[in-house]
Amino acid sequence: MMLDVHNLHVRYGNVRALHGIDLQVERGEIVAILGANGAGKTTTLNAISGLVRPASGKIVFNGQSIHRLPAHRVVGLKIAQSPEGRRIFGTLTVQENLDLGAFTTNDPGQVKKNLEWIFSLFPRLAERRRQLAGTLSGGEQQMLAIGRALMADPVLLLLDEPSLGLAPVLVRQIFKTIREINEAGVTVVLVEQNARVALRLAHRGYVMELGKIVMSDSAASLLENPDVVRAYLGGAGM
Amino acid sequence: MEQFFTQLTNGLAVGGIYALIALGYTMVYGILKLINFAHGDLFTIGAYLGLTLLASLALTDTVGAVAGLLVLAVMVMGLVGVIGILLDRAAYKPLRTSPRLSAVVSALGASIVFSNTIMLVYGPSPRVYPQGLLPTHVLDVFGLSIPVMRLVILTTSLVLMVGLYIFIQKTRTGTAIRAAAIDQDAARLMGINVDRVIMLVFFIGPALGGAAGLMVGLHYGQINFTMGWLYGLKAFTAAILGGIGNIPGAMVGGLLLGVIESMGAAYISNAWKDAIAFFVLILILIVRPTGLLGERVAEKI
Repeated sequence: MMLDVHNLHVRYGNVRALHGIDLQVERGEIVAILGANGAGKTTTLNAISGLVRPASGKIVFNGQSIHRLPAHRVVGLKIAQSPEGRRIFGTLTVQENLDLGAFTTNDPGQVKKNLEWIFSLFPRLAERRRQLAGTLSGGEQQMLAIGRALMADPVLLLLDEPSLGLAPVLVRQIFKTIREINEAGVTVVLVEQNARVALRLAHRGYVMELGKIVMSDSAASLLENPDVVRAYLGGAGM
Repeated sequence: MEQFFTQLTNGLAVGGIYALIALGYTMVYGILKLINFAHGDLFTIGAYLGLTLLASLALTDTVGAVAGLLVLAVMVMGLVGVIGILLDRAAYKPLRTSPRLSAVVSALGASIVFSNTIMLVYGPSPRVYPQGLLPTHVLDVFGLSIPVMRLVILTTSLVLMVGLYIFIQKTRTGTAIRAAAIDQDAARLMGINVDRVIMLVFFIGPALGGAAGLMVGLHYGQINFTMGWLYGLKAFTAAILGGIGNIPGAMVGGLLLGVIESMGAAYISNAWKDAIAFFVLILILIVRPTGLLGERVAEKI
């Protein structure tokens, strides 16, 4: 098992954000985490990335406990995150954003190889590498956020709402690229509100509600589960 | 015309000093959104440490004036930089997650502690830098008489500023500083140790301020324990003028404020010199609160 999150609790002051999350990810999988706003999806990713410190519980990555590591050390273990809202560095160039993604990598050959791969996944980024990232369109910014995460040469990629605010045609394109990234050997954890698209891509899914995991199953079963359909897939039909 | 150019070079020399101090304000603001009110006192500490080292080590006798001053400058910058880091540790770091006003009050407290400590150590009366160490001759450039020291000050501050600019723009660490100033959590996700970046900023800013203090001591000869107040306020004005949080802005703002002030002193009234500087501050706050280079896609630091 690549990632094992066990009985994870997170508090923000007096507010309890996660109450005992259990979540497992196998090497090579795409795992979707679904749920409404405020269910704790982003908090779960941020706990894995080390941005928030769990109150209790364990996160084990490839046999190593990582829940006490600061965020900048977690990246060094090749766990990269493309955060919610993209969070690109708008006043830096596209190239500088990508270079920052490789901040923990010391091997110039590897960096160059990753950069070429990212430019083949997202040719638009290559065209715009000298441009300030803040001048990119929403879709291009999302590509940059994913590309920047890939520059860390991750074995585990955490994607937080990659479809947020994008037109359907761009969503399809981004999800196609996520599949390509996965097929290249990167394990993916995908947080999404767009449950239908996410479950079509993922192998397995977890459904979160109010800081708890209420369901976990294969993506195919979740797509047919009447409760999931009613709550997250906008009713029958479509 | 001759007076104009004399005032211009004078203004640029003073402006260079303002710019060096302003960089400390703007870098700290860029990364912590905190006005480090103790920064002016770090500048004063630079002036006093320079005096002590100059008197006790007699470097200029053993290795010559130029090399001696260079070593002196490096020592002062290093020491004031370390004091800057300690200031952050003691006064700001414990308040990192507190409301921003707490850190501002802590900054004011730190300023009082610094200036009183200087007074206790060095005494309340002004101190005088040893004379005769520095070139005093006056250059004749196209009919203008320019004191060599004025050129040395201007050149030194320009070299430090260009060095900082290249460091910030072209190096990996510089890019990490810019990234952390934009979005600390996103910077952490890149693997940047943001605590280390903040520490570095609290070294570089005070080091530049300390260098400015040393230059004021060398150039004007006399220093006192309250000098950081006025210089600090002027440099803060310069930082606002250029757009706080913006490094090139602090450089431009400092040089511009120095020139405005020296022109105002020459053509309006010398007695109104300080008033003119603060009139500029008020004018900028009314007309363009983001500063001259602020909001250029809001480039922070």
